[in-house]
Amino acid sequence: MTEPSTTHAIEVTINGKIYHREVEARQLLVHFIRDTLDLTGTHIGCDTGSCGACSVILNGKLVKSCMLLAPQADGAVIDTVEGLAADGELAPLQESFAAHHGLQCGYCTPGMLMSATYLLRENPTPTAEEVRRGIKGNLCRCTGYVNIVRSILAVAEANRARLTGTSAEGGQQ
Amino acid sequence: MTATATSTAGTRERTAPWSGQSVARKEDGRLVQGQGSFIDDLGMHGQGYAWFVRSPHAHARIVSVDPSRALAAEGVYAVLTGEEAKQMCEVPFFQIAPGAGARIEEWPLAVDKVRYQGDAVAVVLADTRDAARDAAELVDVDYEPLAVVVDGVAAADPGAVVLHEEAGTNVAWHGTYDYGDIDWALESADHVVRIDRLHFHRFSSTPLECNGATVNWDRGSGMVEVKSNLQMPMFAAMVIGPTLGVPINKFSFSSRDIGGAFGNKIAFYPQIAALALLSRKAGRPAKWTEYRTEHMMTSTHGNERTFLDIEVPVMGDGSILGVKVRAYDDVGAYLHYEPLGAVIWSQVVPGCYKMKHVRVDFTTTLTNKCPVSPNRGYSRMQHLWMLERIIDIVAHELGFDPVELRKRNYVQPEDYPYETPNGCVYDSGDLPRSLDIALGLAQVDFWRRRKQELGTGKGKRVGIGIGSTLDSGTNNFGQARIINPDLPFSGNGEAALAKLDLYGEVNINLGTTPQGQSHETTSAQVAADILNMSPEDVTVTVGFDQAHNSFVGFSGTYASQFAVTGLGAVMGATEKLRDQILEVGSFALEAPKEELELSSGTCMVRGDPSRSIPFIGIANLVYTNNAVLPPELRSTVDLNCRYVYVPPFAVPDAEHKTGNLTLTYASQIHVCVVEVDEETGATEIVSYAAVDDCGNRVNPRIVEGQVHGAAALGIGAALYETFDYDEEGQLEQPSFYEYHAGTALDIPDIQSGYLESPSPFTPNGAKGMGEGGGAPLHAVCAAIQDVLGKDDAVVSDSHNSSERVYELLHSADHHRARGVTVVSRPSADA
Repeated sequence: MTEPSTTHAIEVTINGKIYHREVEARQLLVHFIRDTLDLTGTHIGCDTGSCGACSVILNGKLVKSCMLLAPQADGAVIDTVEGLAADGELAPLQESFAAHHGLQCGYCTPGMLMSATYLLRENPTPTAEEVRRGIKGNLCRCTGYVNIVRSILAVAEANRARLTGTSAEGGQQ
Repeated sequence: MTATATSTAGTRERTAPWSGQSVARKEDGRLVQGQGSFIDDLGMHGQGYAWFVRSPHAHARIVSVDPSRALAAEGVYAVLTGEEAKQMCEVPFFQIAPGAGARIEEWPLAVDKVRYQGDAVAVVLADTRDAARDAAELVDVDYEPLAVVVDGVAAADPGAVVLHEEAGTNVAWHGTYDYGDIDWALESADHVVRIDRLHFHRFSSTPLECNGATVNWDRGSGMVEVKSNLQMPMFAAMVIGPTLGVPINKFSFSSRDIGGAFGNKIAFYPQIAALALLSRKAGRPAKWTEYRTEHMMTSTHGNERTFLDIEVPVMGDGSILGVKVRAYDDVGAYLHYEPLGAVIWSQVVPGCYKMKHVRVDFTTTLTNKCPVSPNRGYSRMQHLWMLERIIDIVAHELGFDPVELRKRNYVQPEDYPYETPNGCVYDSGDLPRSLDIALGLAQVDFWRRRKQELGTGKGKRVGIGIGSTLDSGTNNFGQARIINPDLPFSGNGEAALAKLDLYGEVNINLGTTPQGQSHETTSAQVAADILNMSPEDVTVTVGFDQAHNSFVGFSGTYASQFAVTGLGAVMGATEKLRDQILEVGSFALEAPKEELELSSGTCMVRGDPSRSIPFIGIANLVYTNNAVLPPELRSTVDLNCRYVYVPPFAVPDAEHKTGNLTLTYASQIHVCVVEVDEETGATEIVSYAAVDDCGNRVNPRIVEGQVHGAAALGIGAALYETFDYDEEGQLEQPSFYEYHAGTALDIPDIQSGYLESPSPFTPNGAKGMGEGGGAPLHAVCAAIQDVLGKDDAVVSDSHNSSERVYELLHSADHHRARGVTVVSRPSADA
């Protein structure tokens, strides 16, 4: 009898880059992202899937990366906060968070941005109520959410203008 | 890695003066890209991972600690036990308390006894986080459980089980604050309102980033390097230095981005000391990242305070003469920063009101619960909450309108500077106007009509509540002497360095440890105004570093003071730098200083741009070309300017417990409207407004953000967040699963307004702000009170879940004691 394997070889694509690694079977996806790959923008704020600081988009779905084991992500395509800015330009949501003071200490911000990104992909023009529901899985202890909601709504507003053809400023996620 | 993108929300299109503008934050570029450096993102070469072994019991004797199985496990470098740690130390941690409290012996890890659930008995170092966690489970600890005391009032009973035998009592401090003549006031008043008991509950701001540190006791040099997210690192250094036998100049404390702190990251020095000893033993750096349950159970909680036998003398016209009360502050198992909570509240003895007769009998007790330490609104919010409860209960019992009762008793705009009964000086403000603005923002007229229409018995009720608070800022640390007259502390201060670097770059180093308060941005605004350049061209070094020498004993980020102390230091340092630049410029341009001006990084003769020298030229003359300078200039100019801002304080009178305890008093007036479901007690905030007056605002958008944040934490505490212990001392909310931190669905949209009443006592007219005085707790409780009828119980707890609101709604049906009585003189008309 051979011992059952305690490690797995996995292939994960993060922000368009393919990684091959041998991981411990019990390693959490968030530890794989942070410690193994040194993508430290994804944060840890709890161990119970309650705070959303570790939110990433996996195969098009918003997930909390502390709630998955790294081997479960084998073959997955993942977006993290490090992939939001492209060609030296911030994404509209990143710009909007800065413009509307949607962050203070910045610790929840990466997870919050990923939730907001997912929300706007699913619904480019949410109402305030829909925005609040969309980020209810992400805790922020600094802002009271007021300016986070404003930040996301400003991008939604630009999306609405773009979709109705009135103005083309900002927009998308 | 993604390249750093730059924000287009820049400042170039704007013009000076920069102070007073909502300039874009310097911090945001890195933070929105996940490029911040938080504590778990940092480390040191060759580090091991630390995991604490913690007690499952709230109170127990440690019979034995056996690390042998852990040491045999794969990847384990070392295990440090409590007894071993004690042997490596010189003295226990310094105690602030006098008398019994001073006798308490606390070491980096528990020795002989554990005193709360989660008390650390050993710490393991291993090559991975998982190996350390696994090995921690292999440390065999034998406990002999002891009786437990979890009630802060019962803990003071002579028969209560004692936590610290060497102290001989659980009473860590006791004293009476007596101002005016409360006995006369109670005899002379038309009415005396008596409230049996008010209870301010335990909660914490629970920053999203837990505590953490990497500590290296360097074998060669004896230097102890500490990378941490402490918010007052040099306080930790002063506490643990004598214990470890390490002089301050052998420490190297530093921090980078901090993921929220709210006071909660001041006092985790026992962990830092344990990590230092672990590193010393193992011969390698020890990295520790606290996990969430460890944080909830052992990091820190806010002060839990019980007020008993409250008596309030009130005149027929509604003038409140004072208050008499016994207060018990439950500070948990050890004194971390405590018993300072026993005096900090007295910064705001009469709150927003003109009452003159106050007697508070104050007792600090130890219980088998997590030690407390400062939490946003530290110690003042408990007292202010009691005062606001008093105002609303008096209104409710005697039939006054809560708005009119407040306005009658508020300190009036013409009263400033206003001296309180204990000698504090309220600097400025306009409370009645702030209240009017808040009532307008909350659309109270509409909600009053709605309340009238609904009445009771229609399924929903509407309640309107006010929270009036002072956010006292810039402590006079001399107030510690009121706790212990032998303490050599007084005053306050903060340091900053302003310099030109070798190629003329403008750089500011701070002594502070910001956690979201935007110090890089506001410091740059202030420095830019003095040097007449764009804040974009002023670099403010990220994070704190002891090696910069820009610190004093008070340095850190806490207690609503940066706008005064921190920016005061930046102003002083930058003004010195400007003067030096002008002196060098005067030599280089052969023109008197008075004819020179600075503009966008250049020193020039006013009105003659052809005669100018850029900062790089100034730096060249001083740093790399100084033989051309005249000797007197060489010896006086170094372009490295350190300034310490010191507020104008005197030492308080410890005997009479009087003195000016804080420099500034920002005010926050909140108005809350709730809708309560009569069938379930479910309470929803339907309108919320906050009006802040913190004097001159350096960056209005940042101020507003602080107001939002303080409001949200208070609302969360009032309705959702509580730390409860069962009778065996087991914490019932050890994670965010049970501890319901307010979400985006719980926290309402907050309407914010402002007044600017400049402080006459500060260099820039600003007042420290950010803590907010716990105003939402007051306003939410008042709104719930407003829902209740004449025969219902009064709102006596600061935490009101739906279940508790339901009980309150039905208290009259069950003939529960109302908890309040009124004694009126026969002639008095209510």
